[in-house]
Amino acid sequence: MTDAAAELRGISKRFDAVVANDGVDLVLRRGTIHAVMGENGAGKSTLMSILFGLLRPDSGQILVGGVERHFRGPLDAIAAGLGMVHQHFRLFDSMTVAENVVYGAEPRRRGRLDRTAAAERVRELSDRYGLDTDPDSVVGTLSAGARQRVEILKALHRDAEILILDEPTAVLTPVEVDSLFAVLRRAADEGATVVLVTHKIHEVLAISDEVTVLRDARVTGRFRTAEATGSALVQSMTGREVTEVANAGTGEPGDEALQVTGLTVVDRGVHRVRDVSFTVRRGEIVGVAGVSGNGQREVVAAILGTGSAESGEIRLLGRDVASLDVRRRRAIGLAVVPEDRRGEGMAVTMTTAENLALGHHRTAPIGASRGWRRGWLSLRAQRDMARRLIADYDVRTSGERQPVGALSGGNAQKVVIARELSHRAPVLIAEQPTQGVDIGAIESIHQRLLDYRRDGGAVLLVSHEIAELQALADRVLVMFAGRIVAEYSRADATTARIGAAMAGTGESSRSEGGAS
Amino acid sequence: MHVFEWGFVAAVLLAATPVLYAALAGALSAQVGVFNIALEGQMLWGAFAAVAGSYYTGSAWAGIGIAVLSSAIFSVVLAVGAARFRADPIIIAIGTNLLALGLTGFLMRVLFDVSGTFSPRGLQGLPAMSFLRDIPVLGPVFGGQTVLVPLAFVLCIAAGLWLRSSVGGLRLRGIGEHAAAAASLGVNVARTQTWTTIVGGALCGLAGAQLALGNVTVFTENMTAGRGWIAVAAVMLVGNRPLWVPIACLGFGAAEAFGFRLQGLGAPQQLTDAAPYAITLLVLVATRIRFGAARRALSS
Repeated sequence: MTDAAAELRGISKRFDAVVANDGVDLVLRRGTIHAVMGENGAGKSTLMSILFGLLRPDSGQILVGGVERHFRGPLDAIAAGLGMVHQHFRLFDSMTVAENVVYGAEPRRRGRLDRTAAAERVRELSDRYGLDTDPDSVVGTLSAGARQRVEILKALHRDAEILILDEPTAVLTPVEVDSLFAVLRRAADEGATVVLVTHKIHEVLAISDEVTVLRDARVTGRFRTAEATGSALVQSMTGREVTEVANAGTGEPGDEALQVTGLTVVDRGVHRVRDVSFTVRRGEIVGVAGVSGNGQREVVAAILGTGSAESGEIRLLGRDVASLDVRRRRAIGLAVVPEDRRGEGMAVTMTTAENLALGHHRTAPIGASRGWRRGWLSLRAQRDMARRLIADYDVRTSGERQPVGALSGGNAQKVVIARELSHRAPVLIAEQPTQGVDIGAIESIHQRLLDYRRDGGAVLLVSHEIAELQALADRVLVMFAGRIVAEYSRADATTARIGAAMAGTGESSRSEGGAS
Repeated sequence: MHVFEWGFVAAVLLAATPVLYAALAGALSAQVGVFNIALEGQMLWGAFAAVAGSYYTGSAWAGIGIAVLSSAIFSVVLAVGAARFRADPIIIAIGTNLLALGLTGFLMRVLFDVSGTFSPRGLQGLPAMSFLRDIPVLGPVFGGQTVLVPLAFVLCIAAGLWLRSSVGGLRLRGIGEHAAAAASLGVNVARTQTWTTIVGGALCGLAGAQLALGNVTVFTENMTAGRGWIAVAAVMLVGNRPLWVPIACLGFGAAEAFGFRLQGLGAPQQLTDAAPYAITLLVLVATRIRFGAARRALSS
């Protein structure tokens, strides 16, 4: 129907021994939305970096508008009509939207920055593409969705005809996702070409016109979205059928293992958590939905003991833990898979074996609390445990002595999960347990959590992924602005309801005093 | 003695001026993300160069020029090291501060064969703007000052306006806030950081020149006596608001002038010498406690 806005032919790129792209072809038709799919490490980021001039290919051609290009850097790519919205925004928080948009390509009047023209430009682009953005807002005060629109405006201001978005929905609420997709569709209708890098199948099916799937550095599938099915996409992404695991809802929950009552957290004068109460029982997974920054982290920190609570009570297996430090709380029966995997979940420069032993180092067989061995580790026991867990959890590593920081995201997460689950603590807090993890690993992590529940564990699952909560949780709590604004049973936890509650626009659906 | 008189205002401005030049240099560096604690050494080097320049040429104006030029050159170490070779600016700055202290003392001995104080007969200081003497207010405030005193405040305001409303200022601010974002939009981060730091060096040259040829007409070893560090404190105090730099520096100037007054009233010299530094410390701690919480809450 239309010609190619850009084309990549036979792109290959290797980093030392690792082949990131191996003869990849990609055709981006003008006026379409093209999804580039693949698991982590499949090569999609490398491919986009090559298209945008951030990396140079070892071999292959880049054609833009039918002309071969050799980009020396992103500025060449921008000049050729490409624009990229990075997953992590590159914005100046203290400046206004207009200043951010025009930075580096400013309208001038008599040598000075022409703020009127800049604001006018933002308004014009904003109206044309339905971006609904006020040029005079200070960027630091905006929501993630609005900040992303500023990034899109930056590209449009530079007359980008090909817009690359890297995992653009990771930070958005469902409502924001819908409005982003509306903007992208409008841009495509106006003749722009949109490249969407993602690993979320339902998004690909919802918005794209065409799909290119990468696996292990190669193209393993090309589809017109209208003719594609979810299972076909998964199969070409993973090379196999993936059975989605789900909570069958069987079994009755047991005793109350974690009780939070009236928890309020005030951080430097700001209420982060307001009067939050909930209970997690044995044999139950309670999900917590919410856009990040709505108090979830503070709730977890208060339970774990790394953050302080203004008021409220936290009971672990019936014991008030207010006066206990992290170590004692864990000793009572608490395990945690933190959201910040590299910062909190592990010590990146230490070996896989050492990371697996963390927290087990005071108890036999690795450590000892009394006797002559007190204060010393049994390296043999540490190694044995590491080998067992590596095999058990199918961690892909060159050996237990490999630094954990060198593992891929999914394998590093398996290390954290293996370590925490092997405490067999009655209460497990899992924050974003599958963030940045491949589909195959997601499946196995989900299965582990369900096994934990079956064996009588109480799980608090904090996640941005509504689908994950729907698959695993017995109940879903939704946090917004520091409060639990909604609670849904398994049957009622529809995407529309959770999404509305996450955006703070849902009807209040939690009965008064209904802590559980 | 009156509580308020124009002479006191003049004394405040005089004490504030060298600190103000250095603080302006530090604030500009901060805008491009270089934490510059080499101000003390650059100012000291500027003071020495100003005196040596004036001594050899017989002209205080030439002394200023030489101070500006040689302080700018002196700051190239920090500028190129931190911006281009991505070395730690703190380490380089500590090195240059120590170098300035040692080198000025050494050169004093080698070139002038004196130690401690160099004050040759006929050393030209900067002239006061005595033509203002008969004008009310301006006369008593600026009549005894060198032109570098009002210039410091003019430069501060000009720099503040430039940062706010020029294209170059916008780009400068962006670099300090998010260098990677600025680079991704085609701004040459390392080059801007380099030149901003060198301009800061030139300003420190003016600070030194005012100190050694304006406030007094003499060079003494370590004559900056921590003024560069007060400037660093002022930069930290005002954070991201360079237009507030003069206010912070006036506070320091007031403390120093007040100290002199107390000395005149018979207070022990050690106490009055320490006063401006103690007051700076108190203000720094107090504002951190008072505003720090709100600022952190805003930024998170």
